[in-house]
Amino acid sequence: MTAPEGWHRLHPLSPAVRAGRLTIAFLIIFVPTFAGGGSGGWDAAGHLVVLLVLAALGFVAWLVTRWRIEGAHLRIETGLLRRSSRRFPLSQVQAIDTVRPGLARILGLTELRLRMGGTGGAASLAYLPHRQALVLRARLLALATGAQEDAPEPLERVLVTVPVRRVLGSLALSGPALLLVVYVVATVVGLAHGGSAAHAVAGSAVPVLLGDAVALWRRFNRAYNATIAAAPEGLRVRSGLVETTAETIPEGRVQAVQLVEPVLWRPFGWCRLEVDVAGRVHDRSDERHDERQLRPVLPVGTRAEAAALIELLVPAAPQPRRKPPPRARWKSPLRYRRLAFGYDERCAVATTGRLARIEAWVPLTKVQSLRRVQGPVQRRLRVATLHLDTAGKRVGAAFRDVDDDESLRDLDRLIELARAARRA
Amino acid sequence: MPSADWKRPSPRLRRARHLEAGIGTALAALVVGGSFALSSAAKGAIAVACVLAGGVLLDVGLQRRVGAWGYLEREDDLLIRRGLLVRRLSVVPYGRMQFVDVTAGPIERSFKLATVRLHTAAATTDARIPGLATDEASRLRDRLAARGEAHAAGL
Repeated sequence: MTAPEGWHRLHPLSPAVRAGRLTIAFLIIFVPTFAGGGSGGWDAAGHLVVLLVLAALGFVAWLVTRWRIEGAHLRIETGLLRRSSRRFPLSQVQAIDTVRPGLARILGLTELRLRMGGTGGAASLAYLPHRQALVLRARLLALATGAQEDAPEPLERVLVTVPVRRVLGSLALSGPALLLVVYVVATVVGLAHGGSAAHAVAGSAVPVLLGDAVALWRRFNRAYNATIAAAPEGLRVRSGLVETTAETIPEGRVQAVQLVEPVLWRPFGWCRLEVDVAGRVHDRSDERHDERQLRPVLPVGTRAEAAALIELLVPAAPQPRRKPPPRARWKSPLRYRRLAFGYDERCAVATTGRLARIEAWVPLTKVQSLRRVQGPVQRRLRVATLHLDTAGKRVGAAFRDVDDDESLRDLDRLIELARAARRA
Repeated sequence: MPSADWKRPSPRLRRARHLEAGIGTALAALVVGGSFALSSAAKGAIAVACVLAGGVLLDVGLQRRVGAWGYLEREDDLLIRRGLLVRRLSVVPYGRMQFVDVTAGPIERSFKLATVRLHTAAATTDARIPGLATDEASRLRDRLAARGEAHAAGL
């Protein structure tokens, strides 16, 4: 498969896997048509032509795509008419994921996805043979972190494995599941009150329930068998039932960490830990996976497990000890009891949340800019909010409703600390 | 922070905002007045009067907002303050700047004004300075770029 000058191609079956569900649908439609024979010769011929054209397109797409490592860059060339050649500097790799949809697993293939910093999006090599992908990932990670290139696959230490029972429990107590219950109850009530209402409810329910089921399934697949392990190059996160993913978050690339405790999970002491790395989602291949929601590192865990991971991600994090003044209750009546913040020379922490409790940590070395915002209500109450902006997708820390004068002092102090942290 | 050193947008920005408010109000008056005048001329006149009154309020608001803009170049970072109702103060360290944009819309261009916008790796950074004289804008851009170079830091 190796072309001249170190160019490599993807696996020849890649287009079929990339077409994914479409391929399966085609098989389901075509196999009976051909097996049935005679019934519609023209029909079958038409289908065959469509299939051949699609296969040819896939083949051409595969033929014109190639990649190679050039020093500290990964170059991917693709496109027949609009040729594109992109170079991804490996020093800016924020995380490397391997993604294996069900079909790819059957065929022993793996997608390698490099998340880049800034607006660089993601470099995707879809698909490679699984073994080759693992070797390449180790090599790219080594190049990205500047380690020895042909170092042996380092050993890892498993920190947390999420039991399936807990995943099911957490899903039963999640938003989509509750929606499901509401709809079922509404339908039952509608039935009890006679036909037309029930029909109306059931009719409107079908698309919602479908979407709901898909969302639940995704979350389940994402959380199934989640394993978090510490390796020398960073944190490894694996999960999945049908589509399996494995992420590696290199050390020092964490922009922010967020611990979420949904209100329904509180009785069980469960929480979710999300880690934000740089790189905004612009890539089409990412949209498909609906990554507007952060992929949690720990989809559902106990507080002790989360605490251990937090200690690893942001060592010796400060406690949120300072509270906003009581008059802030007028502005944030629901949130007030959760509002708190704190910072030291390396890290800032803030808690918030109306129903759920959300605690966010931001290393000061990752602060991109600081903002002080004061709305009209806040001005009357003499409080203001300090935002710490990071390059992450979603998580940032905000010190809400800090006393007016204190907020200015804290802003000055944070500017100083962030500068010192940057230079260190 | 002492307010003496704060620099402000060009006075021409006030005139540009007057023009913007005027154009917006005239268009709104035309559409609203026209549609009400279809039923009766008196209704049309009242509607136009209401829109004009709204336009005056808008203009006053815009003028006061122009007065609230300010920026301060410090040794290591740029401060930008703005907003009347919601007061915002942004601090952008030079070392965190990814790039600096200078843009000018048609109205800004006709007043020889431009907007300077700073981008960091964070999407939430919202640092822009509108209504700078064109040459001042390009000078500021060059200064910021030079300082960014000197302070550059990785992600």
